[in-house]
Amino acid sequence: MDSFLSGIELLARWDVIAALLIGSIGGVLVGAMPGVGAAVAIAIALPVTFSLEPIVGLTLLLGIYGSSMFGGAIPAILVNTPGTPVNALTTYDGYPMTKRGESRRALSLAYSASFYGAVLSIGALMLLAPVLAKVAPMFGAREIFLAALLGIVLVVVTHRGQVLPAAILACLGIFLSTIGIEPSAYTQRFTFGQPWLQSGIDLIVVVLGLFAISQALVLLMSKDKPIVLPKVDKIGFFTQMRELWVYKRIATVASTFGVICGMIPGVGEFMSQFMSYSYAQRTSKTPELFGKGNPEGIVASEAANNSVPAAAMIPLLALGIPGEELTAMMLAVFYVHNVVPGPRLFAEQMDFIYALYISLFLLNVIVVAFLFFATRTMMKVMLIPNRFLGIMILTFSLIGVYTLRNSLTDVAIASAFGFFGFILKRLELPTSPVILGIVLGKLMEDRLRIAMARVREPMDFIDRPIALVLFLMILVAIIGQIWTVMKARHATGKGASNG
Amino acid sequence: MSRQEDDHPHVFPEGRKPGEILFVSVTMMIALALLAGIPWQTTWLPGKGLAAQPRFWPALSLGGVVLFGLINALSRVRVARTPGRWQEAALWLRSLEFIGWYMLYVLAIPVIGYLAATLAFCTGLALRMGYRGRTVWIAAAFGLFVVLFFKTAMNVKIPAGAIYDHAPEQLRYILIRYF
Repeated sequence: MDSFLSGIELLARWDVIAALLIGSIGGVLVGAMPGVGAAVAIAIALPVTFSLEPIVGLTLLLGIYGSSMFGGAIPAILVNTPGTPVNALTTYDGYPMTKRGESRRALSLAYSASFYGAVLSIGALMLLAPVLAKVAPMFGAREIFLAALLGIVLVVVTHRGQVLPAAILACLGIFLSTIGIEPSAYTQRFTFGQPWLQSGIDLIVVVLGLFAISQALVLLMSKDKPIVLPKVDKIGFFTQMRELWVYKRIATVASTFGVICGMIPGVGEFMSQFMSYSYAQRTSKTPELFGKGNPEGIVASEAANNSVPAAAMIPLLALGIPGEELTAMMLAVFYVHNVVPGPRLFAEQMDFIYALYISLFLLNVIVVAFLFFATRTMMKVMLIPNRFLGIMILTFSLIGVYTLRNSLTDVAIASAFGFFGFILKRLELPTSPVILGIVLGKLMEDRLRIAMARVREPMDFIDRPIALVLFLMILVAIIGQIWTVMKARHATGKGASNG
Repeated sequence: MSRQEDDHPHVFPEGRKPGEILFVSVTMMIALALLAGIPWQTTWLPGKGLAAQPRFWPALSLGGVVLFGLINALSRVRVARTPGRWQEAALWLRSLEFIGWYMLYVLAIPVIGYLAATLAFCTGLALRMGYRGRTVWIAAAFGLFVVLFFKTAMNVKIPAGAIYDHAPEQLRYILIRYF
């Protein structure tokens, strides 16, 4: 109870409240701008938060992270363009509802399902993170190595239809993490005699290039599309919110999918919304209406999306393992402020943990309240032309990259990664394997070196229960992927011979 | 999942985009060149196990790039080529123009100062993108807002312009501190 009260005390400061408000409302705004999204906003805000206190900086980033998907549903429903990539499935049923003149109902369902998913996920975080933190001391070097490896394997195999490019990009990320002076024998790796490469490639610089600058290039190279905003009625959101009760089963199952996918490193929002949407369609009394404006589709997609952020904090807080790119960025903030996630964090800074829980809950309340009163006003951000947004992102990204060290080299590296990210985005290839490769690559190298010092026989590596379970999970993921490919090939071959 | 309408955005990418093989091939070639450099860009420590070798992870990761690149290439052998790869590559190169603008912006800051560089960058890029009239003024106002918010209010670490040295004593402090 004392820790809980201390947590409230941590939050009851003007700077934390301001960060919460700016993060939450700012997150909704960037989410509602197609082409911006949480990753770009967090990448830009990340270096700014380094000068803030840990709780202030984290609250700001959490606000953006947790609220951007709320905002992303608005353009998905009103103009058939997802604000963030994970709102894609919301367009399937949201936009047809708008075309039928039911935009208010669709938005209300999206907000309430998002809120439901987020609250359920925060409950899961509060229940499961301490449990995992209790199990965490059983995680030795080999278990951490295997958990990180599982994250890499899952981030690769969950990129359906792009497994091989994702594997290439993950390996590339791991390679990038090895550049510089390595920490055990202090030898140089791929520095080419350049002093600026000795300290390695800064994660923040890579993140800014890969997410912010690349997105600016995408927008600057695109064309401005005229957007006509549909009419949204003024009143009735709260009464419409009751409609979620009709779809409580779908909302609960979708949120559970979101929590599970968020907790498993490398899986995330795309898989959770895909599974939830498929489940909702399979179990619906009107499956033929999916894709044509079925409210169940919106509930499934939005509840699943919004239950991921809090769940993704579970492995991050308990084990220090980020599940996707946004939590990898959060980890950078933790380390900058010497906050080391793991069991000791739960033992020694429980007030900080409670403060995070409360701020996660508060940001959802703020966002829903804001959206119910300000949706019609904030819809106007969708009218900002694409290329103008590109100019804005490029101008903002300078703040992030140049204020780190006032280094031209940093700007050049960020620009190079911006160009690389632009190519990835043009090819619709994922950027998350690169970031997870960099973050988890370093962790894997370090832990494997420690683990191998105590291993005599190969089987010793998995002679502990958690290590064995993780190893089996890796094996299942790989065999499952091979099985899927073989089955698809077989089906194609059969189709060809029949044809 | 139901068959989506043509104008729906997709969750998972559908099909391959032109230029993917080109991109994977170039990445693979770079990885091969780096792999060839392993003997003099990394160290082998005698008497240490494989996992403790500084060479192990660079070799493993670069080997992974090459291996998965090869499998990717083999899986594409029987698939018809997607036309338009060179047009796509030309578009990638065209985007370098904006990187050039960005680098110029950064280089200009220590010379003419953050305020002037930001105003010039925002309005210049707006004009380059074909905006005229009110939008250019909005771009300038946005640039001014960024400077006032980050440099004046939040005092972020950005070097002062050399040009400020020519300003009168009183004004110089204000320019260096706030703009």
